[in-house]
Amino acid sequence: MTEIPPILTVRNLTVVFPDNNDGLRALEDVSFEVCPQEFICVLGPSGSGKTTLLRVLAGLYSPTTGEVEFGNGRTPRIGMVFQQSNLMPWRTAIDNIMLPLELKNADRVTARARAQELIDLVGLTGFESALPRDLSGGMAQRVAIARALIHDPDLLLLDEPFGSLDALTRERMWMELSRIWQARQPALGSPGKTVVMVTHSIEESLLLADRVLVLTQRPGHIRLDLEVDLPRPRKEEMRYTTHFGKLAKKLKDAIG
Amino acid sequence: MTKRLSSARYWLGLASLLGGLLLWWVVARIANLPAFILPSPTDVWSRFLSAALDGSLLFNTGVTLVEILLGLFSGAGLATLLGYLIAKSRMLERVLSPYLVASQAVPLVAIAPLLVIWFGPGMFSKVLICALIVFFPVLVNTVVGVRAVPPALHDLMQSLHATRGQIIAKLEVPAALPVFLGGLRIGATLSVIGAVVGELVGSDQGLGFLINVGRGQYDTALVFVAMFTLIVLALCLYGAVAWAERKLLAWQEIVQQ
Repeated sequence: MTEIPPILTVRNLTVVFPDNNDGLRALEDVSFEVCPQEFICVLGPSGSGKTTLLRVLAGLYSPTTGEVEFGNGRTPRIGMVFQQSNLMPWRTAIDNIMLPLELKNADRVTARARAQELIDLVGLTGFESALPRDLSGGMAQRVAIARALIHDPDLLLLDEPFGSLDALTRERMWMELSRIWQARQPALGSPGKTVVMVTHSIEESLLLADRVLVLTQRPGHIRLDLEVDLPRPRKEEMRYTTHFGKLAKKLKDAIG
Repeated sequence: MTKRLSSARYWLGLASLLGGLLLWWVVARIANLPAFILPSPTDVWSRFLSAALDGSLLFNTGVTLVEILLGLFSGAGLATLLGYLIAKSRMLERVLSPYLVASQAVPLVAIAPLLVIWFGPGMFSKVLICALIVFFPVLVNTVVGVRAVPPALHDLMQSLHATRGQIIAKLEVPAALPVFLGGLRIGATLSVIGAVVGELVGSDQGLGFLINVGRGQYDTALVFVAMFTLIVLALCLYGAVAWAERKLLAWQEIVQQ
């Protein structure tokens, strides 16, 4: 894997928010690389600056010091899924999904066809013209995932996308995300997606990620960079294997 | 079920109106007041017919309507533009807010004569008064509406590299629309008041002028005719905005029936 140039390099990233004293240090000297098509989870307790890290990657914050570099040298297309589904309440499900293509002034017919493909992929066939207020939390979040995929982003950023869902829905969504991520690898003629996902759930990170980065309490810096060598496709039953337990223990110890 | 309910409501409303008319007629009859103090419904109806037939009612209604529409559009347009800029810039808000608050503290009825003196008894002074009275509610609601756009949706647009124009067209306008239209609904009703106040102060045409004429000649039935016409105008304007709200905000939970 080392011979492939990284799609994303974060070097000595420090983010300080101004406050009345000498500033709130959210992130301290964070460095890591992400390979193309890798699924990375950033794990940490709340207040460890995970969301800040994601927002820097999305270009919503700029680093105080350090740098974020993208492999091909240009600003990447970003697909972002937030903690809340963040849908526009005046748009139907399919219109919400089409938004990123609309912003790029893409052809409407093509955009609609792609949105329909994604609606089917996330299992919402029949809900194309439903308004967000008529969707359950899990369905809304699936629309948000479809919206993040439609413009074929180089980088998919997920900010605790399942945090607001109930436990049962969350577990189902893990498997669906896993399935979507794998389905999109060679399918639909698009290259596989690189994913950076923020979470505070050890289970979630082990079931989804290739690699888990553990951030410490504020100011966040990386304490552990763990390769998850569980076979794919991952299944929920893997949670009860000893190897899963061992990895979970390592992560737990790193979080402290 | 709902159909029967709404038709029942319709009949109830009509019955209430007819009951009011009847009461008015009975009071005018029993009190036996001269027509220049309290004309009966039949007096008003025949005055309405004569004013409608000689064209004076239509002409003066047209004048007032033009004043209202010009005032409403210019006042609301300017208020929308300024409101958007204020919502986006705290500094502009600090600079302008003393003037805006002061302009609201001055009762418009008190400065209407001044405006008529300055800008003459023609249409322009009425349009100006109308625009001024519409301005504030639309401005306030624009500011509130634009400020209330969820920051998370701004993040979304930014992460998708949306341009300034796209953020306005695809996020801020639709998100601020419900509150904005609420302001416009208030403005539409106020605009009728603005135009009539201007006409009452000094004019030679319009429904306010008809009221003045009626009062001067003890033609109280004419005052009633002008008054009812104004009510109908206000209802139509309000109805137009409410209709636009229903059309544009169909995505919202249906709150009003």
